[in-house]
Amino acid sequence: MITFTVNGETREFAGDPTTPVLWYLRDELHLTGPKFGCGMAQCGACTVHINGVAQRSCVLPVSAVSGSKITTIEGLSKDGEHPVQQAWVEHKVPQCGYCQCGQMMQAASLLASNPTPSDDEIVQGMSGNICRCGTYPRIHKAIKSAAKTMAGVEYYVPDTLASETAGEEA
Amino acid sequence: MSKYFDLTRRSFLKSSATAGALVLGTYFMGAAPRAMAGVLAKPSESAKMANLFVSLRPDGIVEITCHRSEMGQQIRTALAQIVADEMEASWDKVVVIQGKGDPKYGDQNTDGSRSIRYNMQRLREMGASVRHLMQQAAATRWNVPFDSCSAVQHVVTHNSGKTLTYAELVDEALKITPPELDRITLKERSEWRYINTAMAHIDLKDIVTGKATFAADVLEPKALIAVVVRPPVVGGKVKSFDAKAVKAIDGVVDVVEIPAAKGAPQFQPKGGIAIIANNTWAAIKGRRALTVSWDDGKNGDYNSEAFKTSLLETVSKPQKSVRAKGDAANVLANASDKLVADYYVPHLAQAPMEPPCATAMYYKDRVDVWAATQNPQADMETVGAMIGMPKEKINVHVTMLGGGFGRKSKPDFSAEAAYLSMKTGKPIRVQWTREDDIQHGFYHAVSAQHIEASLDENGSIDAYLHRTAFSPIASTFQQDATAPFSFELRLGFTDNPINTPNMKLESGEAPAKARIGWMRSVSNIFHAFAIQSFIAEAAHKAGRDQKDYLLETIGPDRIVDVTEQNAEYDNYGADKDAYPLDIGRLRKAIEKVADMSGWGRELPKGRGLGIAAHRSFLTYVATVVEVEVSDAGDLKIIKSWASIDAGTVVNTDTVKNQVQGGSIFGITAAISDGITFDKGRAQQSNFHDYRVPRMSDAPIEIDVEIIPSDAPPAGVGEPATPVYAPALCNAIFAACGKRIRQLPIGNQLKA
Repeated sequence: MITFTVNGETREFAGDPTTPVLWYLRDELHLTGPKFGCGMAQCGACTVHINGVAQRSCVLPVSAVSGSKITTIEGLSKDGEHPVQQAWVEHKVPQCGYCQCGQMMQAASLLASNPTPSDDEIVQGMSGNICRCGTYPRIHKAIKSAAKTMAGVEYYVPDTLASETAGEEA
Repeated sequence: MSKYFDLTRRSFLKSSATAGALVLGTYFMGAAPRAMAGVLAKPSESAKMANLFVSLRPDGIVEITCHRSEMGQQIRTALAQIVADEMEASWDKVVVIQGKGDPKYGDQNTDGSRSIRYNMQRLREMGASVRHLMQQAAATRWNVPFDSCSAVQHVVTHNSGKTLTYAELVDEALKITPPELDRITLKERSEWRYINTAMAHIDLKDIVTGKATFAADVLEPKALIAVVVRPPVVGGKVKSFDAKAVKAIDGVVDVVEIPAAKGAPQFQPKGGIAIIANNTWAAIKGRRALTVSWDDGKNGDYNSEAFKTSLLETVSKPQKSVRAKGDAANVLANASDKLVADYYVPHLAQAPMEPPCATAMYYKDRVDVWAATQNPQADMETVGAMIGMPKEKINVHVTMLGGGFGRKSKPDFSAEAAYLSMKTGKPIRVQWTREDDIQHGFYHAVSAQHIEASLDENGSIDAYLHRTAFSPIASTFQQDATAPFSFELRLGFTDNPINTPNMKLESGEAPAKARIGWMRSVSNIFHAFAIQSFIAEAAHKAGRDQKDYLLETIGPDRIVDVTEQNAEYDNYGADKDAYPLDIGRLRKAIEKVADMSGWGRELPKGRGLGIAAHRSFLTYVATVVEVEVSDAGDLKIIKSWASIDAGTVVNTDTVKNQVQGGSIFGITAAISDGITFDKGRAQQSNFHDYRVPRMSDAPIEIDVEIIPSDAPPAGVGEPATPVYAPALCNAIFAACGKRIRQLPIGNQLKA
């Protein structure tokens, strides 16, 4: 039995331990924010946070997340209040939207580790995430704008957040 | 919050229960706790249908049907903007229903950049007719003249100041016979409040919170997941297979063979072996455990390097005339100094971020399909043919599409799902992996082009010969077709804008050894690449500025009718008086982008500007790209600019976003190695070897300006793509003096 939390809720998994976290989240928990794009950590559509850090859930086996805190876009904020999500709205970033949950999870992780990224640091931090619609210029602008909003503000406490919303999820 | 699925016919249609109306299986509806949030609302049984696209609820909410597929171009928002504007609906009372596949809507094939062109006028009329109904209803209720009432923002007001809301008028309005077209008044442009604005798209919130429903998000808890192992060669089939190891995998429930396609590929599944499992991971593991041997068939000899040689050979010789003016052959034969260039662009894959995916449930007398499809009516036909059921019995529900780019107008994946559901009796979701998408595509045609020209004493082109050859889309529909459909030539070849006394355009033939399909902007990609690169090469030869020479080469403002030069040209199916090939509009786009980019400014060493302009999908786009090429040959795109004249536009922000995205999509041809074949097999498999632009490949700033126009609406989704690769390569030449004629750029800058 493998135990971990997803968006603050404790979960137990007894299935095939090689199952990628992505398929567990999608097939079993029906958390469909993380998307399947490549299955080999090439595109970032499946990005979630493991203990607050962006990782590609399509290649991460459930066996590797024992004891970890998994956060998906559904747990990033209650209803889109995270500054990154708000910046995405402000700059009307998405086109088709398929990659954008992964993009936002990557961006949130980037800003958590580097609150004031330079233009080049944003490019480096985001180039593992593909957007075939080509929204990169807007993603870049939105990250700069989110960085400003977030300056000096405590914004992302997944556990607290999740315990608030857990009742509604159930 | 938008409603997405067309859950029910309106009760207004009394026959709905018997008219093949869509009724979702109850477990599909019941099992919609989270994935469907925001897109699945309760059926509004009390809504009354005012016309094909507009229904009104007693609470005043307006349901507007979007019959085109949403794949990032914000068509759901744009169609609603048009209707709501003309009907004077308050935007917060608008919900958008996604129409299922149904010929009653007319064309639903969401490609060719034509959703607005095809629909703007009739949707304006439908909106205006509802406004008229509201106004008439109030006038009747008050017993006052129609003209003494006005409808604004969901409220009808009488001269005296009394008011009634649309909600209060719904029942009254629906007793009135809708007005004839000549009775309704469309708004003046100056009165538009939604059209031609940058309003936010209706699905934005759902997307940023992860709630938008894409094909794989359609929740059907009982659905089994199928992953299909397909013949690696087009026309190939299964010789034998061994599924013992597959069936031993926990979670795998069945292994089913799908019959091989027959005849021309059309949109048929390729066939193969489906691994059916109760979760996606088991299906993927199962596929890895399958042993299968293939009969490759006649395309097993396809080698793209050899094919390239044969295409270049074809364009080196005279071919069938497509357009002729003057006597280019004679002038060129006598020219002492010619500019001659061959251009090559490889196969490309659309590679939408969401791989193809569809869920199907087979019943005795109908099939329900949920698919990321660009053309639900094609799903009806393809699925019907696959399982032997009339297409009217195929209910196709269109989900949000995670990108389309042409791939998802070919619904082989829906037919796979329906076939497997028929065979197993279970709801089946077919999930394509990225490998499937890259290796079993409908690829952008591989192409070669030969251009030669002579320049007069002023450096102007006085004779121009251009030959094109490519694996035609025609082959997808007619077995062994080697000649392109005329529409493939119309895409940027037949409508060449060069103003010269002697022009000869010729088209060669080529077989297709892979499935060929359209990809965003289609053959405009390679035709514009060749033409716009060649003009810049001629400018260099003439010692002239690229931009000045481009303007001179397209010639004076005029309307060009290429059919006067022995050419077949259907102008994208549009009336040539309403949508002429207008060189003046192309010129203005060039001048605008030159101005935006500060064309002619001094640049540091290693930097260069390139320009290209092209009309496609009846829209004029010009682009300038600024690049930096290091001494070591590393390429960086610094910034780009684009101007677009698409006639009347509906959502200005969407237009800009599409031009930015279309530009970046255009980088694909330049940087990707393309799809290559050996022994009939695609040699790429995922994003590690089929490279698509990442943020590090793209400029982080793309400035876009929309040229204001009252002309009828033209295309927006595609026209920014064809200009990008030539503008980029022209910039590279300006930066470092290296001319790229063969794409991808690869290591050509390193040499």
